[in-house]
Amino acid sequence: MITAERKPFEEILALVEGHDKVLVAGCDTCVAVCLTGGEKEAEILASELRIKAQADGRTVQVEHTAAIRQCEWEYLDAIADKVNEYPVVLSMACGIGIQSMAEKFAPKLVLPAVNTNMLGMPQEHAVWLERCVACGDCRIGLTGGICPVVRCSKSLMNGPCGGSHDGLCEVKRGDEEIECAWALIHDRLKEQGREELLLEIRPPKDWSLSSSGGPRKMVKEEAKPV
Amino acid sequence: MADAPDPTFEPEIIVFACHYCAYAAADLAGSMRLQYPTNIRMVKLPCTGKLEVIHLLRALEAGADGVYAAGCMEGECHYLKGNLWARKRVDYVKQLLPEMGLEPERVEMYNMSSAMGPRFAEVATEFTERIRALGPNPARRVKEGIRT
Repeated sequence: MITAERKPFEEILALVEGHDKVLVAGCDTCVAVCLTGGEKEAEILASELRIKAQADGRTVQVEHTAAIRQCEWEYLDAIADKVNEYPVVLSMACGIGIQSMAEKFAPKLVLPAVNTNMLGMPQEHAVWLERCVACGDCRIGLTGGICPVVRCSKSLMNGPCGGSHDGLCEVKRGDEEIECAWALIHDRLKEQGREELLLEIRPPKDWSLSSSGGPRKMVKEEAKPV
Repeated sequence: MADAPDPTFEPEIIVFACHYCAYAAADLAGSMRLQYPTNIRMVKLPCTGKLEVIHLLRALEAGADGVYAAGCMEGECHYLKGNLWARKRVDYVKQLLPEMGLEPERVEMYNMSSAMGPRFAEVATEFTERIRALGPNPARRVKEGIRT
């Protein structure tokens, strides 16, 4: 799923500075599942903003709402009445939701309250690991179901590099060790009896299919309404 | 917040108390005729695990000067881990409060068993004195002298 982290409160305050009517809009899909921007978190942020204003002796009108999905026009229709009451919206959706909101209600000021950070897998409760970068050219069929683009620190297509030791990468996540993706790929392919795949040299990927090729568009003609 | 403590200030304190321990401890404190401040207002919860971040914030937003949760002794929660969840949520709110201009000491987590009537009275006294020393909640709304 798409994961996001809330921006520091100070940054959010700077974004809404000078505005006394703000709607905090949560999104009840991906960012709700990653405990960052669902209705519950929107209510907490709205309360924090009101408490801060009260402590500063300011009068503000801050409310919260939530769309089932901010990235779909139909779900934005459902919260349109509430959104139209406010000149400023602080969206807690991912980057897609925030932009949908900004486009739907243009020229209303729609501001981001979160940083969208990755396509992550919930490893355990409250822990997410990056598993995909939407590169547009999936190769995990050749790598034992382990993505070298996102899980190898160098995104190597022909790994491992010399920085792989005892199954660990030379790059660390802070103090935390990162598993070498290519060691994992080797072990998985061995388990599958497909080690010979490692002997093939993979040509460079076509990065024009990723975001490097400009904004992407997908159209499914067979599914378009008649 | 005033520089010098206001001697007439009487804090309003919300206590989120677990049905299985602190609420029963309050009952025991009453039966034992123990004295404790009248500043506290109890909200009974089936377990402090029911306590959410927003409940603590709502209490402060509505003008409570301090809020604490009182759950079972660690390791003795009736629902196994509810009191540990509550502690995490209280700690999280402690992190949020300074950003809003409030002191983190305005929220707290206490543990006690249903047999600890004297401890209940002691905590109520200790926390009331703590909030009295801090002064009124800076975010407290006052309308014509009446708290809203």
